[in-house]
Amino acid sequence: MNIVYFLVQQTMFFSIPLLIVALGGMFSERSGVINIALEGTMIMGGFTGILFIHTFQDALPGQPILLLGALVAMATGVVVSLAHGYASINMKANQVISGTAINMFAPAFAIFVARMIQNVQQISFVNQFRISSVPVLGDIPVLGPLFFQNTYITTLLGLLIWGASWFVLYKTRFGLRLRACGEHPQAADSVGINVYGMRYAGVMISGALAGLGGLVFIIPTSTQFNATVSGYGFLALAVLIFGQWRPGRILMAAFFFGLMKAIASSYSGIELLRSLPIPSDVYKMIPYIATLVVLAFTSKRSMAPRAEGIPYDKGGR
Amino acid sequence: MKPKSRRFTLQSFTDVGASILAILAGLLVGFIIMLISNPSQAVDGFVAILTGGVKDMKSMGQVLYFATPIIMTGLSVGFANKTGLFNIGASGQFIVGAYFAILVGVQATALPGPLRLVLALLAAAAAGGLWGAVPGLLKALLNVNEVIACIMMNYIGMYFVNFMVVRTVFDSLKNQTTRVPSEANLPKWGMDQLFRSGASASSVNSGIILAVIMAVVIFIVLQKTRFGYEQKAVGLNRDAARYAGISQKRSVVLSMVIAGALAGLGGAFLYLSGSGKAIDVVDVLAAEGFNGIPVALLGLSNPIGIIFSGLFVAYLTVGGFNMQLYEFAPQVIEIITAVIIYFSAFALLVKNIVERVRRKRQEAADTAKPPDPPPGASPPVKEVPTA
Repeated sequence: MNIVYFLVQQTMFFSIPLLIVALGGMFSERSGVINIALEGTMIMGGFTGILFIHTFQDALPGQPILLLGALVAMATGVVVSLAHGYASINMKANQVISGTAINMFAPAFAIFVARMIQNVQQISFVNQFRISSVPVLGDIPVLGPLFFQNTYITTLLGLLIWGASWFVLYKTRFGLRLRACGEHPQAADSVGINVYGMRYAGVMISGALAGLGGLVFIIPTSTQFNATVSGYGFLALAVLIFGQWRPGRILMAAFFFGLMKAIASSYSGIELLRSLPIPSDVYKMIPYIATLVVLAFTSKRSMAPRAEGIPYDKGGR
Repeated sequence: MKPKSRRFTLQSFTDVGASILAILAGLLVGFIIMLISNPSQAVDGFVAILTGGVKDMKSMGQVLYFATPIIMTGLSVGFANKTGLFNIGASGQFIVGAYFAILVGVQATALPGPLRLVLALLAAAAAGGLWGAVPGLLKALLNVNEVIACIMMNYIGMYFVNFMVVRTVFDSLKNQTTRVPSEANLPKWGMDQLFRSGASASSVNSGIILAVIMAVVIFIVLQKTRFGYEQKAVGLNRDAARYAGISQKRSVVLSMVIAGALAGLGGAFLYLSGSGKAIDVVDVLAAEGFNGIPVALLGLSNPIGIIFSGLFVAYLTVGGFNMQLYEFAPQVIEIITAVIIYFSAFALLVKNIVERVRRKRQEAADTAKPPDPPPGASPPVKEVPTA
C-alpha cells in the first residue's frame, strides 16, 4: 500500500504542471493560435518565479512566498506570450516559427541573466513548501495518504484552475466567444466579436498558465533551477492533443502522462520494477514512446479547433 | 513575359531583404542586452562577434567546421519545409546518425579505412532516415501531428543513443564515445593546412565540401526532377497536388526520410571530423538539430541559400567564442539567433507591404492609362515605366 501512496503522490507532482500548462495551451488553441512556445514560456516563468523565491526566501515564510512566486511566474508568462501574440495575431506570422524562437530564447536568456546576477547558471532555493499532512483531511484513511499527505499547495491550485477553466470555457459568454474565434473567426467577427482581442486573451491566459506551470514543475522535483523544464512544455502539447482540446479529457491525459513520468523517475524506489532487467534509459524513454503510441491511436479523429494556426485577416474571405 | 520576370526578381529581393532585416534586428537586440549587462565591454564584445570569424585563417577554418553540421540540419529542415512539414526532429535524427557513424567507424575494423568511412556515412544516413520515417509514417497513415511526433523522437533518440553508447563504444573515463580511428575519419584534403594560424590548425575538413555537394544535389532534385516538383506541389497546395494525382502519403513519408537522412549525415560529418568531438552521455538534446531551424528559415528553405545562412550562423558562433574574452556568457549568440528567427517569422508582413505598394502603383498606372484608343488615332505615347 505504501508503494501505491508513493506512486500517487509522485504522479501528482508530474501531472499537475502538465495539467496547468495543457489547459493554458487549450485557451490559446481554442482561440485559434497554436502555442508551441509553451516550453519556453514555462522556462521563463520558472526562472523569474524561482529567482523571486531565491531572493526573498529568508524574508518571508513558506506558503505566502510560494504564492507570490506563482504570481511573478504568471506575470512573466503573460509578457512572453504577448511577444507570441503580437507575431501571430498582428503580424500574421507563422505561429510555429514564432513559438520556436521563444523556445530558443528562453533558456539562453535565463542562463545569461542568472550568470550576470550570480555568476552561476543554477538558481538554488530551499524547499520549504512541502505539506507533510494537510490538517484534518490528511488523517482520513486511504484518501488522506493518497491526496493530502506529502503534497503542495500548488496541487490544489492546479485542480482549482482545472475547474475554473472548464467553467470559463463552457459556461461563460467569454468562453463561447473564445471558442467561436478558434472555429470560425469570420462568423465571430460578423456578429461583432473582436477576434484579435479574443485571441490575445487566449494567448495571454496560456502564457499565465504556462509560466505558473514552469514554477509548479520545478518546486517538487528539484532544489535548483537550471534553465530547463525537461521538455514538459512539449509533453503538455501532447497532453493537449491527446485530450482533444477538452478540459475533461485533458485531466485524464495529464494523469496518464504523469503516471508514466512518475514510473520513469521513481522506478528504482519500487521493488517490483527495480527487479526487472530494464535499464534506466528505457524507463526514461517510456513517457515519450507512450505519447507516440497514444497519439497514433487518437489522432485519426482529431477534434482540433478548425481555424487553429491560421492568422485572421479582417479583409480575407 | 516581362512582368513575370520582374515579379520574380522583386519577390526574391523582398525575401532576402526580410532575412537581412531579421538579422539586423537580432544583432541590435544582442547589442542592447550586452550594453545592459556590461556597458564598458559591450562595444568591444560586439565587435568581437562581428569580426571574430575573419580574425585569422584559423577562425575562418572554424567557421567552415561549425557550418558543416548546421548546413546539413538546415537542409533537413528546409527540405521537409518544401513539402509543407516542420521537421523539428532534426536533433534526434542528427544524434542517431552520429552514433551509428561512430559505431561503424570504431567497430568495423575488418574494413579498410575509406570503405569503413563510406559505410559509416551510409549507416548514419540510414539511421537518420529511419528516425525521420517514424513521424512521416505516423503523419501519413494516422494523421499524427508531425511537430509533436518529431519532438518525441528527439527525446527517444537521445535516450536511445545514451543507452547504446554505454553498451558499445563507451569511454567510461570521459563518459563519452570512444575516439574514431583516424583512418575512418573524413579526409582533411589539406584544408587544415590552408586554414591555420601558426602552429594550430583549424578543425575544417572535407565535410564542408560534402555538405555543399549535398546542398547542390538537393537543389537539383527540387528544381530539375519530377520527384522534386511533386514534393513542392504538395507543400504549396495539398489539394491541388492530390487533384493532379500526386500521392500525398508517399510525398510526406519520403520527405521525412530524406530530411532525416540529411540530418543523420550531418551527425556523421561532425563526429567523423577528427577534431576530438565525441558524444557525451548526458540528457541534453543535440543543439545542432535545433540550429538547423534558423539556418533553414534564413536560407528561405532554398538549398543554396542554406549554404550561406549556415555559414552566417557559424560565423556568429565563432564570433561568440571571441566575445567570451570580454566576459560575456556565450548565450548572447543564442539570444541573437532566437531574435533573428522571431523576426524572420515577420517575413510575410514585409512581403505584404511590398506587394501592396506594388499593387497600388500598378492601379495608379492603370487608371492613368487612357481607355481604348479610338481606331485611327495616333499610336499611344510610350508607356511610362511603372514602379
